[in-house]
Amino acid sequence: MAEKILMKGNEALAEGAIRAGCRFFAGYPITPQNEVPEYMSWRMGQAGGAFVQAESEVSAINMIYGAAATGKRCMTSSSSPGISLKQEGLSYCAGADLPLLIANVMRGGPGLGNIAGAQGDYWQSTRGGGHGDYRTFVMAPNCVSEMANFPHKCFEVASKYRVPAMILADGIIGQMMEPVQFTAPEVDPSKLPEPSWALGIGEGRTKRIVKSYDLREGYLEKMVMERVARYRELEKNEVLYEEKMLADAEIAIVAYGTSARVSLAAIKLAREKGLKVGLFRPITLWPFPKLRLAELSGRIKKFLVVEMSLGQMVEDVQLSIGGRAEVNLHAKPGAAVITAEEVYDTLERIVKKGAKEYAVAQ
Amino acid sequence: MYQGIRISGFGGQGVISAGVLLAYSGMLENKEASFFPAYGAEMRGGTANCSVVISSDEVTTPIVSSPDTVIVFNEPSLAKFEPMVKPGGLLIINASLVNSRPARKDIKVLCVPCNEIAGELGNAKIMNMVALGAFAAATGAVSIEAITKALPKVYKKLKPEVIELNVKALKRGAQLSLN
Repeated sequence: MAEKILMKGNEALAEGAIRAGCRFFAGYPITPQNEVPEYMSWRMGQAGGAFVQAESEVSAINMIYGAAATGKRCMTSSSSPGISLKQEGLSYCAGADLPLLIANVMRGGPGLGNIAGAQGDYWQSTRGGGHGDYRTFVMAPNCVSEMANFPHKCFEVASKYRVPAMILADGIIGQMMEPVQFTAPEVDPSKLPEPSWALGIGEGRTKRIVKSYDLREGYLEKMVMERVARYRELEKNEVLYEEKMLADAEIAIVAYGTSARVSLAAIKLAREKGLKVGLFRPITLWPFPKLRLAELSGRIKKFLVVEMSLGQMVEDVQLSIGGRAEVNLHAKPGAAVITAEEVYDTLERIVKKGAKEYAVAQ
Repeated sequence: MYQGIRISGFGGQGVISAGVLLAYSGMLENKEASFFPAYGAEMRGGTANCSVVISSDEVTTPIVSSPDTVIVFNEPSLAKFEPMVKPGGLLIINASLVNSRPARKDIKVLCVPCNEIAGELGNAKIMNMVALGAFAAATGAVSIEAITKALPKVYKKLKPEVIELNVKALKRGAQLSLN
């Protein structure tokens, strides 16, 4: 078993990406993800890679666009407003079928918002975010160990299906320190096979072109549909979620990231008082674990979605359950601190009233 | 066991270092541990604070809103964090810099002249270690040995004689608490 070390979420994410074979990072500072580029600035050189502090977020994502076109593992990171700036580039990367890793350590929004942890970028991350029909593989860590080990999974999935992958964390997961174990396999990027489409020095070989457009009539549709076939495969094979205390549960809380941690504390309070509550935690936000939720709704008739946003993931839960069970919402927007006690209060209200209720924090 | 801690003081007093060290010590004792800094508009001279959890069970939220123990290094921190202490909890006050005394009667209070003791030992910077020593002895949440072991792991660049001085401060703090 690997030795446990105490590490900050952001640092674990950076180290995890390097261990997963990332050798190019470009980024621009923004709280609360600053430790990612800071760590990369000294560690990337040690690993034999390159770190660039770009002049802007737009520049950083386009550097990644170029690096990814060579088939090498590369990464950029930012926080909410910075991720908005990267959306045009991300759409181009998705349109050019490029694997890469983008990390968003979410802060309060909209606009400049504040620098505390929040989850308001769920829609942006899972619906594309930029223009056009595309999808991004999105993983939501809820502890420092997942920050450390998810980059490996992201690069594997991104390479296999030729899609951009995103790690969607929040400021609390990014800033907290916790014992961490690096359990994902270490990847030597020089041993990775060169993808058949990768650009580089290729004297004598057939010309390769990486682009996100095709102006010939009917060809763009063909290009998109070929990509959609890969999305369908990804949706079939790569869904991840975690279940806790659901076996006998009468109410299931659905939450990801920090909200899932707080919800677990609320569930413990509820269990002490005899309420049968369990946790369903989506780990991949796209693809969303809709089939499993649909299955659970055959048995569990009350769901409570807890999120540090105005009510975004709740729509995916409703789509999955399709009216077969009651879906409640405990929403905490504006990067406010969410406590176990307030989530427990909502649970109690759901039990007592036995009716659908939207508890939006004031 | 579960121990939720809040440490608060001026930026530069070692609030964050003390918090990281506590979490690391908990981990060395094979407990679950977490550290979370307030990372707002903190600056040198302003007030900084952090949350630490040491627990035998998995840590849920790393932000401690109802602490078992609060350690305050300066006057503004006392005003801010005294109301947060759990009833029956512990408030450790750096008596060298904090003149006010808590109004609450439902908590335990431990006044430690951290700066004076650190001064006697010859280095004002180790005042946070005096407070940690007092905390460890009063709560038993972590041992002085674990903190001693954590010191060179967290602060890899510290010279052995500086580590030794830190350990002395821990031990002095622990004695005070037992009296």
